[in-house]
Amino acid sequence: MNDEATLLQTPRRSGPAFVRHQAQSPTIDGTGHEPQNSTVLSARGLHKSYRKGTHTIPVLRGVDISLRHGEFLAIIGQSGSGKSTLLHLLATLDQPDEGEIHFDGHRIDNLPAAGRDTLRNRYFGMIFQFYHLLPELTTLENVLAPLMIEQSWWKYLWQRRTHEKAARELLELVGLEHRLRHRPRELSGGEMQRAAVARALITRPRVLFADEPTGNLDAATGAGILRLLRTLNRQHGVTIVMVTHDLAVAERADRVVRLVEGKMTSA
Amino acid sequence: MYKFLLCWRYLRTRHIALASVISVTLGVATMIVVNAVMSGFVHEMQDRIHGILSDVVFESHSLDGFADPQWHMEQIERVAGEYIAGMTPTVHVPAMLNFPLPNGQFITKQVNLLGIEEATHAAVSDFSQYLQHPENRRELKFELRESGYDVFDHQGGEDALERVEMRYAGWQHRRAMAEMRAATGPVATQPGFVPPTDNSSFSPNTESDPFHDMPNSPAAEENVFDPARETHPGAILGIALGNYRDRDGQERFLILPGDDVTITYPTAGTPPRVQSFSFTVVDYYESKMSEYDAGFVFVPLKMLQRLRGMLIPGTDVGRVSAIQIKLKDEAHGDLVRDLLRQEFDPAVYQVSTWRDKQGTLLAAVHMETTILNILLFLIICVAGFGILAIFFMIVVEKTRDIGILKSLGAPGSGVMSIFLGYGLSLGCVGSGAGMLLGLLFVAYINEIADLIGVVTGREVFDPSIYYFQKIPTIVEAFTVGWIVTGAIAIAVAASILPARRAARLRPVEALRYE
Repeated sequence: MNDEATLLQTPRRSGPAFVRHQAQSPTIDGTGHEPQNSTVLSARGLHKSYRKGTHTIPVLRGVDISLRHGEFLAIIGQSGSGKSTLLHLLATLDQPDEGEIHFDGHRIDNLPAAGRDTLRNRYFGMIFQFYHLLPELTTLENVLAPLMIEQSWWKYLWQRRTHEKAARELLELVGLEHRLRHRPRELSGGEMQRAAVARALITRPRVLFADEPTGNLDAATGAGILRLLRTLNRQHGVTIVMVTHDLAVAERADRVVRLVEGKMTSA
Repeated sequence: MYKFLLCWRYLRTRHIALASVISVTLGVATMIVVNAVMSGFVHEMQDRIHGILSDVVFESHSLDGFADPQWHMEQIERVAGEYIAGMTPTVHVPAMLNFPLPNGQFITKQVNLLGIEEATHAAVSDFSQYLQHPENRRELKFELRESGYDVFDHQGGEDALERVEMRYAGWQHRRAMAEMRAATGPVATQPGFVPPTDNSSFSPNTESDPFHDMPNSPAAEENVFDPARETHPGAILGIALGNYRDRDGQERFLILPGDDVTITYPTAGTPPRVQSFSFTVVDYYESKMSEYDAGFVFVPLKMLQRLRGMLIPGTDVGRVSAIQIKLKDEAHGDLVRDLLRQEFDPAVYQVSTWRDKQGTLLAAVHMETTILNILLFLIICVAGFGILAIFFMIVVEKTRDIGILKSLGAPGSGVMSIFLGYGLSLGCVGSGAGMLLGLLFVAYINEIADLIGVVTGREVFDPSIYYFQKIPTIVEAFTVGWIVTGAIAIAVAASILPARRAARLRPVEALRYE
């Protein structure tokens, strides 16, 4: 599996799906009109605590963070430092107790559920430590799932060929073109994570969130995934926020920030 | 799109959920079978009841009846003539039927004696259709036929058992019996019984006897009655009075058309006195309603009026206990009944439709059907709880998937509709299979009953109780539709709670679930 070679060889500028998304998310291949240094995502004074019985356990105690367009940011921290919580807050999977999150200059942490659903569906991509593919669907269907969610069924069926073409191209990009009809349980860990990356990219997201993407993989496979993320960032301009506890992994990023006891320190 | 896809995949991969709808399947199948059989029975019973009862019965409260039926019929015609197709007067009276067996024993049974008019009775009900001689079905006559009585039940369908003895019924039987009696001497009688072949016992008060000129009245006593050439007045017996089933299920006959019976009845005087008279059985009546077949004896109206002293002396005008009215359209029954009730004094006359007359029976069957339906629907509800439990299980099992879907931006409503759709499709599968099963069961119900009979050694459906050869069934599309819709609705309702739970799962919690 020569993913890097595949990546480099695959021209990713064509296809109606890309054209469709170019207007709203021009960042994907770095040819957009957005200036390289503009802030895509920023958070100020984020507080989050969990309640356990009568105890309140603070996890985040005033986190400030900002992410520039086209950046590959790594957040590093020990287990329990709140890095996953921070990622969930940024990705609107959860809501902060205090503080604000802005995306493209719009406040997003207080959006109604429907707005946050749309945001996650169209503008954010997610990769998890445990891949989180849907076991009932094939690799191809898993990659197409965000489009199925986005569009009504008739619209989806109408554009099915286009979507499938885009999904095939993405799976080719991550080196899974031979696994289209396989179920996740028939894939190896690395393959599952590649499929998860392809799924995260199918909607041409503005920001890709990666939560310990190599945490469950052996060193070599993990390195492959990191190379893939790196390539996506460098060659296709994908903005990435990655959370990890592994400094070696974090070093692949452009910028590393450290989360210690719920507060941000520079690495 | 993802909803359909996931719904379909869950349906194909979660077999435990299919197990949970088996109870829905069985419930639906049972409900369809029960309703088909019940409505088959009700229909058959209504047919039978209506076959013997006319649409509207106009009757007297007293056994002595009311005088001058002709005048009453004219009045009825005047009030409701536009709805009426035909009328016939009848006399009803409780009586005892008594006849000897070849072994010298006598059998006595309690019966309802009905006097009917040969010419008009067939016009108001299906009465004549239930007779055993084809000629009588065409035109009713209270006369013994030479032979030709049905050997196979003409209502029984193709597989009706042969009634062997009916081959000999008629004059041929009568002559053979007379010869046998002549050879062996009179049958031994129990003390107190009157030999039925001899109407000499009929000795009403001669002074007040209005019918001394009758052929077999005491006045004709000197003419020796020859049973090989003469008959008594004809009587038609309910078939269950004269037959029974032997151990093989064969119908055997105690008496046949051609045999004589004695009927003991009350006279119309005050106080009523008891009198007996001999009749010759000329046919059997088989409505397949055991209550009627085991209770009715029909004799000519004029004869019964004469015997009971209901004729006005010197005239042909007598009292009758009821007028049976046939309507042009049975739907007008209640209307005609109400019209007649307004016109005639309710203290003297009672007017009722055939439904009113059998109201309790029909209401009981209706009640039975309703209760069975409620019970069976409760069974499906129980199945619903099974679905509820299994769905909760599936939601817990799928927590991670729900989290994934939400992280991909699926709204709560979308997640909810996956599980509602899942419940709907399970309901459709379950009740569809149940419908097929139920309809197949109904189609082959008699074969299944036979099979169960063979396996358990006990007859499931005993035709001798019901006098139907087969279990009657009617499948009503409307009922089936309701049952299936109801079952699907229950399956969907059972999936609402788990689906809501799934929709409300917070994505972070769902994703943390490993």
